[in-house]
Amino acid sequence: MEKKKLVVIGNGMAGARTVEEILARGGGEQFEITMFGEEPTGNYNRIMLSNVLNGSYKEEEIFLNPLSWYEENNIRLHVGKRASGLLRRARLVYGEDGVPEPYDKLIIATGSRAFIPPMEGATMADGSLKPGVFVFRSLDDCRKIAGWAQGKHSAAVIGGGLLGLEAARGLQNFGLEVHVVHIGGHLMPQQLDSGAGAILKSSMEALGLKVHLKKNTSAIIGPDRVLGLRFADGGSLECDMVIISAGIRANWEIAAGCGLTVERGIVVDDQMRCPDDPNIYAVGECAQHRGHMYGLVAPLWEQAKVLADHITGKNTRAAYHGSKVATKLKVMGVEVASMGVVEPQTPDDEVVQFSEPKRGTYKKLIVRDGRLIGGILLGDISKAAYLIQTFDRNTPLPEERLHLLFDIGDPPKQVTFAEMSAGTQVCNCNGVSKGAIVACVNSGRRNAKAVMDATRAGMGCGSCKSMVAELVEWACGGDTEEDPSVHYYVPGVPLTKPELIRAIQERNLKSVSAVFDYLAGGREDAASKPGLASLLKVLWKGEYEDEKDARFINERVHANIQKDGTFSVVPQIPGGITSPAQLRRIAFVAEKYHVPLVKLTGGQRIDLLGIRKDDLPKVWHDLDMPSGYAYGKSYRTCKSCVGSDFCRFGLGDSIALALKIENEFQGFDSPHKMKLATAGCPRNCSEAMVKDLGAVAVEGGKWEIYIGGAAGSSIRKGDILCQADSHEEVLKYMGRFIQYYRENAKYLERTHGFVVRVGIDNIRAIVVEDSEGIAGRLDREIAESKAAYKDPWKDAWLPEHDNQFASVLPILQ
Amino acid sequence: MQTMSEIRLGPLGIIPPGEGRVYSVDGEKIAVFRTRGGEIYAVQAECPHRGGPLADGLVGGSTLICPLHAWKFDLKTGQALFGECGLKTFPVSVDKAGQIILLR
Repeated sequence: MEKKKLVVIGNGMAGARTVEEILARGGGEQFEITMFGEEPTGNYNRIMLSNVLNGSYKEEEIFLNPLSWYEENNIRLHVGKRASGLLRRARLVYGEDGVPEPYDKLIIATGSRAFIPPMEGATMADGSLKPGVFVFRSLDDCRKIAGWAQGKHSAAVIGGGLLGLEAARGLQNFGLEVHVVHIGGHLMPQQLDSGAGAILKSSMEALGLKVHLKKNTSAIIGPDRVLGLRFADGGSLECDMVIISAGIRANWEIAAGCGLTVERGIVVDDQMRCPDDPNIYAVGECAQHRGHMYGLVAPLWEQAKVLADHITGKNTRAAYHGSKVATKLKVMGVEVASMGVVEPQTPDDEVVQFSEPKRGTYKKLIVRDGRLIGGILLGDISKAAYLIQTFDRNTPLPEERLHLLFDIGDPPKQVTFAEMSAGTQVCNCNGVSKGAIVACVNSGRRNAKAVMDATRAGMGCGSCKSMVAELVEWACGGDTEEDPSVHYYVPGVPLTKPELIRAIQERNLKSVSAVFDYLAGGREDAASKPGLASLLKVLWKGEYEDEKDARFINERVHANIQKDGTFSVVPQIPGGITSPAQLRRIAFVAEKYHVPLVKLTGGQRIDLLGIRKDDLPKVWHDLDMPSGYAYGKSYRTCKSCVGSDFCRFGLGDSIALALKIENEFQGFDSPHKMKLATAGCPRNCSEAMVKDLGAVAVEGGKWEIYIGGAAGSSIRKGDILCQADSHEEVLKYMGRFIQYYRENAKYLERTHGFVVRVGIDNIRAIVVEDSEGIAGRLDREIAESKAAYKDPWKDAWLPEHDNQFASVLPILQ
Repeated sequence: MQTMSEIRLGPLGIIPPGEGRVYSVDGEKIAVFRTRGGEIYAVQAECPHRGGPLADGLVGGSTLICPLHAWKFDLKTGQALFGECGLKTFPVSVDKAGQIILLR
């Protein structure tokens, strides 16, 4: 097959990188590649220019692709030749010498040039820059600046952005007195806010730089060479040279000249293609994607990959969705990290800030809904790697904000993965070590779920899941493959929870097998069954068509399976309130069935352990008590302290409230178990503050409702949802939260994870303030679920199958 | 060489679709599964990991999940989907009269 002709206009970092990516995808076989480069060299690292200027690097040290690289890869490079024209109809690019170069596919990577703000005297009559005036964009600029600076006394840099400061730093090395003239109120406005800018200014001045803020340069003085600057406010400054570093402008002329859409840059779609011509792509600083233009390398690398995937056909669905911009850099020895926005954008955005101007340290984070949307670190950037990663991945922040800014205090949170020995056990349930996880990643499993499936790490209590996921990312070196099923409600049905609920309701699917038939192409997935059963029960209540095989064994036989295959039976004892008659009955059952262990539970109930499956119906019959649901992914129980009847500290009747709560929510299916408690005073004897839901009586006849507490494999104090004036109000708000959790949590997501993920403020707005207008519906759903409640232990009289509780079937010959 | 004999376990209808049940054949416990897709499988009754009762597990397609620690097995081959220990499998079928026939 004849190779197609690929022409690349521009041999800077974007153009050359894109060609590298194309070659890496076998593009050398598909394309005959020709490049135009205006500069007389191969591609070099433009970011390092300031290091060349200040003498810490030699020119040849910053080359990325020497001319030999082009030869080795069969790339024809028109070196030192600008592309001057483009004929789309004829698919021809013209070099400035007029020679045409035909193409099948074209990539425009023309980059940008320095912007010269309107001012008098910057240029001479012929349009060239006045002697002594420079821009700072290329190796050639570097050489000219260095040549002029010899023996001069002072220099001015117009523009206090990153590049301007770097140029200033470079000039200091020539022994010049260097002034930075900036039109804005603080330095580096792209990366810093005014507070950080002020501190940076002090640091710069301590290094000998003269910084002039809010100075609008109106003219460069001097008839045939630079003598000084004049400002709009009437002031002036004498200097021997000027470097203009006041921003960049995209080089889009060649695109505009042939009718391609150009705004601030050349407009491209998610495949980096020009919308007007499927054969033309643009990449790098000249491209404008979804209204954004990027001047940093990281976004450019991402664009180059997508472009290469698409143009080579390696992945025609590859798409660039824009970049989250974060930078870490050193300005004249001062370390700076910056990401996202520099100021809060809405009144609800949270600002976490620390400022120590004397030591040149400044830290500021902007948080929205528990996630980082922007941040600045100046002076001390030790937390930058963690914060940039968190920002980039949009992961929820820990509650304790202080740790975001500092490594302080008590036992160090965790050793880094690099420091961790290979033998360190990461999953304590299944005994999986760091070494085993890393080996699994190296064997080709590149996402957390695949590694967890293969090693069983994180598949026990689940508390190490996030650590396993981080370790996998670390072991992949950031090159993880996304597993789309993490967004699904259950792995076997490719829908998120809201999509799944909509599909189930639209198609009236009332059983798990129907869901697989209609929404998963008939493919059953064993692990997805219990999650679907739980959701269907929540949605359809009494109308749900129960299929026992979809339920985990505990829910099939309404008891909790033990390590030897026997079961535990926990009758309902709400609030921990029992009676002598009940205790006698329990004692009788325990003796009759030779129960090997009778134990009080953490939920103030009595557990009969070691019961054979075959005996379960008889045990329930003899107990004649309702199920306590100690086995389900459901409402479990509500424990209580003594409350106000006997306790001398009691402020509210916690026992009566616990009984009402149990009566309201008993048996409710939910994404994970829900353990509740009520406390009669803030002494919190029943630990209500660390329950999934808790109510704590406070002075004045009120109750504080806590949600999202945990005291199991994770420990967390719940957040206060609201205060309630009565038992009935407690039931109302608890019910709404429970229903909201049932409808929106992922399967096996406990309330503490859910509350952190969604945010207590959001939940309060919806549940208490009814911001979405769904409170009435949530109340109705709860009422319907309550009405549909049936005690499952009645199954003792009506088992679904004759052999539902048989541990071994007889052979019927 | 040991010869295999046919054992009639009883009617298929006794096992609810998607579930498993245990039979004791000459003192050996064997779990028999009837999938919703209409397949029938027979494997050893106890999980090789910690002796979990496999017949109480979840079945989807030919995948079985042990109820104790969620070990996964392929019912067709007996192979563990992770780890090395697999399950002993037995040829099993249903005759025209709807009876489960196990070869052992």
